[in-house]
This record gives sequence, structure tokens and C-alpha cells, in this order.
Amino acid sequence: MAVVLEQSPAVRPRPQSRWLQAWRRYSRNYFAVAGLIWVILFLLTGIIGPWIAPYGYADTDFLNVYQGPSWQHIMGTDNLGHDMFSQILWSTRFAIEIAFGATLVSFVIGVILGLWAGLAGGITDMLIMRLVDFMYAFPSYFLNLILVVKFGRGLLPILFAIGITGWAGYARLIRSLVLSLRNSDMVEAARALGASPVHIARKYVFPNVMTNMVVALAFGIPYDLTAQAALSVVGLGPAPPMPSFGNLVANANANILGYPWLLYFPAGIFALTLLSFQFVADGLQEALNPKGGN
Amino acid sequence: MSIEPLVKATEVSKRFHVQGKVLRAVERVSFELHPGKTLGVVGESGSGKSTLGRVVLKLLEADGGSVTFEGTDLSKVPRKTLRQMRRHMQMVFQDPMASLNPRMTVFDAIEDGLKIHGIGKSAAERRMRVEEVLERVGLPRSAGVAYPHELSGGQLQRVGIARALALRPKFVVLDEPVSALDVSIQAQVIQLLRELRDEMQLAYMFISHNLAVVEYLSDEVLVLYLGEVVEQAPVEELFAKPSHPYTQALMRSVLKVPTSPDEVQDLTPISGEIPSPFAPPPGCPFHPRCPVAQEVCRQKKPEIREISPGHRVSCHLA
Repeated sequence: MAVVLEQSPAVRPRPQSRWLQAWRRYSRNYFAVAGLIWVILFLLTGIIGPWIAPYGYADTDFLNVYQGPSWQHIMGTDNLGHDMFSQILWSTRFAIEIAFGATLVSFVIGVILGLWAGLAGGITDMLIMRLVDFMYAFPSYFLNLILVVKFGRGLLPILFAIGITGWAGYARLIRSLVLSLRNSDMVEAARALGASPVHIARKYVFPNVMTNMVVALAFGIPYDLTAQAALSVVGLGPAPPMPSFGNLVANANANILGYPWLLYFPAGIFALTLLSFQFVADGLQEALNPKGGN
Repeated sequence: MSIEPLVKATEVSKRFHVQGKVLRAVERVSFELHPGKTLGVVGESGSGKSTLGRVVLKLLEADGGSVTFEGTDLSKVPRKTLRQMRRHMQMVFQDPMASLNPRMTVFDAIEDGLKIHGIGKSAAERRMRVEEVLERVGLPRSAGVAYPHELSGGQLQRVGIARALALRPKFVVLDEPVSALDVSIQAQVIQLLRELRDEMQLAYMFISHNLAVVEYLSDEVLVLYLGEVVEQAPVEELFAKPSHPYTQALMRSVLKVPTSPDEVQDLTPISGEIPSPFAPPPGCPFHPRCPVAQEVCRQKKPEIREISPGHRVSCHLA
């Protein structure tokens, strides 16, 4: 009567949660950990920076222009006597606001259009995906410029200009996830079990797409940071006196021969930040989708 | 007047529309299934057997005909009621890995069905029931904490079976439940399925391309070809007197357990490929591959008819 069992190999008890396992994998990647530390510092700076900044971002000290680092101005001053350290602290704040805001805007647009395309199918899908192709093919930088010229150089216009151009990748990702899951055995099995669409979305679909989204967002933020800096380089970043990394670098570039230290701090910090975000994104990718590869 | 069947399919059809063309996946299939009985469904890949299983459970909408479960016509049931009815009609899938959520432990996967149907008043009660069913399908309780990728194919299929059975269904569609398993494991799982059926008076619809397994488990067998029933008979009758050339060819294409060491078996593969379901041949759909086809087979489509009680064949020559 008794069923002859295949010798059930001992199933290891697994007290660890998936998140703990992911963290294990993440922490083995030293670059990702270093990047994470820098990113956290950068974010903290963005939050508390304006309070610890020794000077306001518009404060000028015309008696001390083009100063090298000193106790009074630890990162020196620029051509108008702005304190570089304070400028960088404020830049960090604006950079974070714009990059996170723009990424959120892109993501929301991408999720809506991706879901719509994937679920509706047919001609709707076709139209949305051609729009996605168009957004991919069209240089987004050019579109950013047009939008900023049209709507101004404030924080919000820049945020939306970058956000509106950057959603194509998210839409494509979400659509492909929807398509692959919608016809999957897993979803069919859940339906066969008697699960409602809401239950399926919550317990079967969402947990399986969340890591993909986290990774996509992690890659999106450094991209948007670069996009806003690129706008500043051609003079279409935040309007002075509002500082931004792009403005600082562009300004330093004009004075590079006489006053090279103007470049070192903003460019160095910005480069390190981009690199760190990239490392974090790579680390997350590896830790959350170990089978996915890169 | 026989007793009311648990599942009754009447002239069920399913068509798919693919790029403007019509694919007849299932054409006018009828059967009755009683508690404790098993209906075997055999056919090559593309014969529509998996589609039939899904239509019977209304995972796919039928285009014609009707399926009744305990006398209730599934096509007339509102969605919410249908979801509640699923408690009594479950499915086991061919690929257990793909049909389980990789982010859910075995315990959660089995418990989810109980939660959906509000079975078990407390977490403790549900836990007991999950552990009970895990042990019943031959898995240790500790398997509950495992994720699907940590288990072998045979263990995973036991999880698939446990998930379906935890709801104590009356009817289970088994869609090639052992095809993805090693041969050595297949026998164990088949044996388990048979025990569970007899214990719980389950009705099975057993979909397979493996005739030996179907013979072992089934009471009645449907042979499908290009979505149509070519032969339908009680299992002993079918294996003793296969009357459709396709059924005969299927049986010749598999090795049987030899009765003596020097028995020579005639192993003949079926010639040709299954035709495109988009363009089924005129006349009898099997005639291009049929060894005994005659002119009438090319011209006229045979009607299914009863050649002896309960034995129905769709062939001009039978």
C-alpha cells in the first residue's frame, strides 16, 4: 500500500528570508557596497545639506573670488565668490530632487503605458509600442532641450522635461513582463486554484516583477542625473543662481586654465556619485535576479 | 437511467483565431465522468488534449457545446461562482516548476488555495491541513519551507498534486502529470495518483501521450486526432480491440512489456507528421497517414458511430 518514495533528499530548512539572501549576495560585491555607502552619504547630504551649508547658494563674496581651498572656504570660491562647498551641498539637493522626481515621472508613465499595451494587445499595443520605438530612436537630449526652452529652467520644468522623455524603457520592460506572465503556467495555475485577478496580481505577479522594477529604477536614477547635468553644460540647466553640478562644471570649464580646482570638487564628486549609483544598480541586479545575468 | 455524472461534456468545441486563420483545437468532444473514475485522453502533440482539459475546467471558454459539473452548466455560471466552484475541480500541470510561484515556499503555495477558499478557520488549522496533505503525497513536512527551485522534478510534481488535493476536490484534470519526470519517478507518481483516486473517490481526466500509463489508470479512453475524437471506448475494450487505424498505429508505436524473453515486438512509428491544424485534410483527417485509407476516406468525413456498447469510432472502415 505504501508508496515507494523516491529517496527524498533532506530538504534544508531555510530560516533566511529572500531579502536576507539577496543582501548576502549583494554584500559579497565590494564595489556595490562601496557604491551604496557613497549613495547613502549623497542622499543624506541632499537632505541635510542646506542646513549645514556655511553659506547660502546665492551668497557672493566679491572680495574673495577664485580662491583655492582654505579654512574659510574649504573647497574654494568661484568667479563670483560663491562658496564652492555650499554650492555643492545645494547642488546635491537639487540633483536628487530632479533625478528622483524625473525617474518617478518616467516610471509612472512607463508603467501605465506598458500595462496598457500588454493587457490591451492588438492595435493599442501596436500604437503604444511604435511610440516607444519613436522615443527610443529620437535623441532624448534634443527633446529635453526643446522642452526646457519651452517651459523654462525651473526645478519642475526640468524635472518633467527629463521625466517625459525617459519612459520608453520602462514601458517596454513592463509590457514584456505582462506578456510573459499573462500567459504563464503560473498564472493559469493560480486561476485554476480559484484565485481572483486581484489575488493573482498581488501574490503571483507583483512579487515576480518587483525586483525587475527595483533594478530598472536603480539604473534610471544615474541616467537622469546625467541628463540634467548635460542640460547645464549647454546652459539650459537650473537658472543661476541656482547651483547644479552641471552649472559648476560648465563654469569651471570656462576657467580651467587659471583655476583648475574649480573643476576638481564638483566634477570629482559628481563622477563618483554616478559611478556609485551604477555600482549599486549592478549590485542590485545581481543580488535580486541571480539567474538573470547582466 | 444511470446516475448523474459528475462531469459531462456535450459536443464541446474550441477554436483559436490566429492571424485571421481558424485553428480547430477541439471539435465536438463528448464524454461523461463519474466519481472515482478516470477518463484517459491520448493523442500526439497538437491533438488538442491539453486544450480540452482547459475547456472542461473553463480556464478557456468553449466555443460550442457545454460542460456541466454536478449538473451545473459552467458556461452559465458567473465568474465569482466559478471561482468558488474551482475548489471542487482542480488541475495538475505538466511542468510543476513553471506552474508554481518561484517566490512562494511550498507551504505558502499549498496554503494559498486554502486561503482563497476560506478553508480552515485559523492559521494553525491550515498548517495542519497542509502538513497532512504534504505527508499524504509523500513529502516530509520540512519540505514546506523549501522554494520550488530547491526541489527535484518528482518532489515538485508531488507539490503540484498536494496543492490540488489540499482543497479536497471531486474532479482533477491531470495534464501530462508525469511527462516531465524521469521514468523511475513516473511510476511512483502514477501509483500515488491511483491511490489518491481510490481513497478520495476522485474523478480524473488524465491527459497523456503515454498509452501504457493511460491503460494503467483509466476506465475509459478518448483518442484525439486534430482535435476530434477518433475512438472512444472502455479501456479494456480499446486495448483489446483498437478499431481506428490511428489507435492501432499508436499502439504499434510503443513497446510493451514482453511476455517472454524472446518475444519479438513489432515497433512501427506512425508515418508522417500530424497535419497543420489550420488546414486539416479534407475527408477523414487521418487519411494522409492511414495505412488502409481508401477513396471514400479522401472524399467523405466519417461520422462517429457506436460499433459496440460504449465503443465509438470515427472511421469508414471500422
